[in-house]
Amino acid sequence: MSTEKDFLLYIEGLGVSFDGFKAVDGFNFYLNTNTVHVIIGPNGAGKTTVLDLICGKTKATDGSVKFKGSEIRGLKEHEIVRAGIGRKFQNPSIYENLTVLENLEISHPKGRGVFGCLVFQRTPDVVERIQSVAKDIGLQDRLDTEAGVLSHGQKQWLEIGMLLMQNPELLMLDEPVAGMSVREREETAQLIRKISKERSVIVIEHDMEFVKEIADRVTVMHLGKILAEGSMEHVQHDPKVIEVYIGH
Amino acid sequence: MNIKTLFKSKAEVYTTVTLAALVLVVLPLLLPIFRLNLFGKYLTFGFVGVGLVLLWGRCGILSLGQGVFFGLGGYCMAMFLKLEASDPISTKIQSTPGIPDFMDWNQITKLPWFWEPFKSFPFAMAAILVIPTLVAFGIGWAMFRRRVGGVYFAIITQAIALIISLGIDGNQGYTGGRNGITDLRTLLGMDIRSNVSQYIIYYISALLLFACILFGKYIINSRMGRVLVAIRDREDRVRFSGYDVAMCRSFVFALAALFSGIGGAMFVLQVGFMSPSLIGIVPSIEMVIFAAVGGRLSVIGAVYGVLIVNLGKTTFSEAFPELWLFLMGGTFIAVVMFFPDGLAGLTEPGGPLSKLWQKWGARLLPGLARRIAENHSSTATTTVLAEKTALNEVTNATK
Repeated sequence: MSTEKDFLLYIEGLGVSFDGFKAVDGFNFYLNTNTVHVIIGPNGAGKTTVLDLICGKTKATDGSVKFKGSEIRGLKEHEIVRAGIGRKFQNPSIYENLTVLENLEISHPKGRGVFGCLVFQRTPDVVERIQSVAKDIGLQDRLDTEAGVLSHGQKQWLEIGMLLMQNPELLMLDEPVAGMSVREREETAQLIRKISKERSVIVIEHDMEFVKEIADRVTVMHLGKILAEGSMEHVQHDPKVIEVYIGH
Repeated sequence: MNIKTLFKSKAEVYTTVTLAALVLVVLPLLLPIFRLNLFGKYLTFGFVGVGLVLLWGRCGILSLGQGVFFGLGGYCMAMFLKLEASDPISTKIQSTPGIPDFMDWNQITKLPWFWEPFKSFPFAMAAILVIPTLVAFGIGWAMFRRRVGGVYFAIITQAIALIISLGIDGNQGYTGGRNGITDLRTLLGMDIRSNVSQYIIYYISALLLFACILFGKYIINSRMGRVLVAIRDREDRVRFSGYDVAMCRSFVFALAALFSGIGGAMFVLQVGFMSPSLIGIVPSIEMVIFAAVGGRLSVIGAVYGVLIVNLGKTTFSEAFPELWLFLMGGTFIAVVMFFPDGLAGLTEPGGPLSKLWQKWGARLLPGLARRIAENHSSTATTTVLAEKTALNEVTNATK
């Protein structure tokens, strides 16, 4: 019997209600290390809310979230980030006025306190780390470009790169391929496969082809609850899932 | 730290050097002491301007209550000077000698407890630095932690400015009331009204102002500067990059207050009084206008803004006192509409002035333009070379 210590992320009975409306209810979720776990579900199923609850953007009303065995529910957002959880938003959320290099640099975990910010220096190891991340996200030639002029897909990658700079053990990506071309999707899938060798990734996605390509495990949500969980193969043939996706 | 980390463009170096030459050499030589003293008074608003650039321009926090911190610093200085001026001998005609005159007029017979420590010079100097900073940090932390921002923050700071100025106004016996603390004479025995000490005080404020400008530039070009801009533009992303946004905001608010407090103290030394009329809503908003006219993104621009608007204020209000406020309002609207980055925006590379130069200057003065262009490219090559050597050194060091 596995215990909470064996999982990277161990969520039990997580729930939140907004004025009596239960957006997420009794959510149980167990995540192993080095896994890509995709959450799918129709609009309004509560997928994004789950990510918000984990990263502290929305405060949960019940349940527990344990990361590496310790409770993180109730911590402030930046404390959760510093514990090792990175979050990418649905719309690319980067600093448009800064260059790609500066965007990555600002995400470097060294010197995040007030004093640290004042004395932070661009040392060789910082530059090296920026270059290696930029290579992973395919922006190594665009380091001095202002981020605002990047294409939509490149902005999405840049945001993933900013998270990689923090070297989190858990990465949460909210619809990373929304608005991407077919080729960009393929590259993103490769990127996710690559980064999941060293960490776990939770992905919210609508695009089933993409999900099939990346997912180790899939959770289907509907109306704030878990409808089914298992391999893609398994959930695809689950009658409840078919009912939700086709029956409406 | 080298010069390159402080100045991003050549224009910045020129504007800073020009200001330094103007303030430290040209004006003291040209102006009679009365005008220089007036100019020294404007410089003290420059401290507030530098703070506002970091706070408002860079971090997007509009404070309409910077007068409060200017006033706190000023009152700390004024209380020390007033106690020095109120020795028992010069106040022997009062019913209680040895206390400030306005206390005596208000039937107070004993120095209030919070005035006592201001007899000490080191305490008063520390208070000038610490009190505005702590008050701002307290207000900031209470609000930013609750995610109060934008317009709400501006309104609350405005309310605080009103409350404090009314509070000082209403407690005449303890604070000097509406008249303020007046009739300040000496600082550690030196007559602050004599010509020599006016020059000394002018130079001290000018040097302190340049220290604040350089520190402001250092912050803007440090990681903190980028984090402040990032907070202004994408607060959530900064939070989810692991920064404590409320702490960063409180820090910059406290820093702006520290600068303002120093400005207030220097104001008292040059003008010889402090009153609630410098704390309330109107002066607080005026300070924002100074910064906006000069350029809210550039510390040096804001100082130019302070000086130009105040010069205008003195000149025009001597000639047309009743029209001045309309003119200032009009200037503010014009700047916001046509030059959102203020005067500093004009001198930036790609700004209107450099475009004008490219269009006309280059045509009228082809020889000069070519020479400048050659100079530029040769310095550019040297910079690139210097950077390459620096990079090599770094790589060698890592090996």
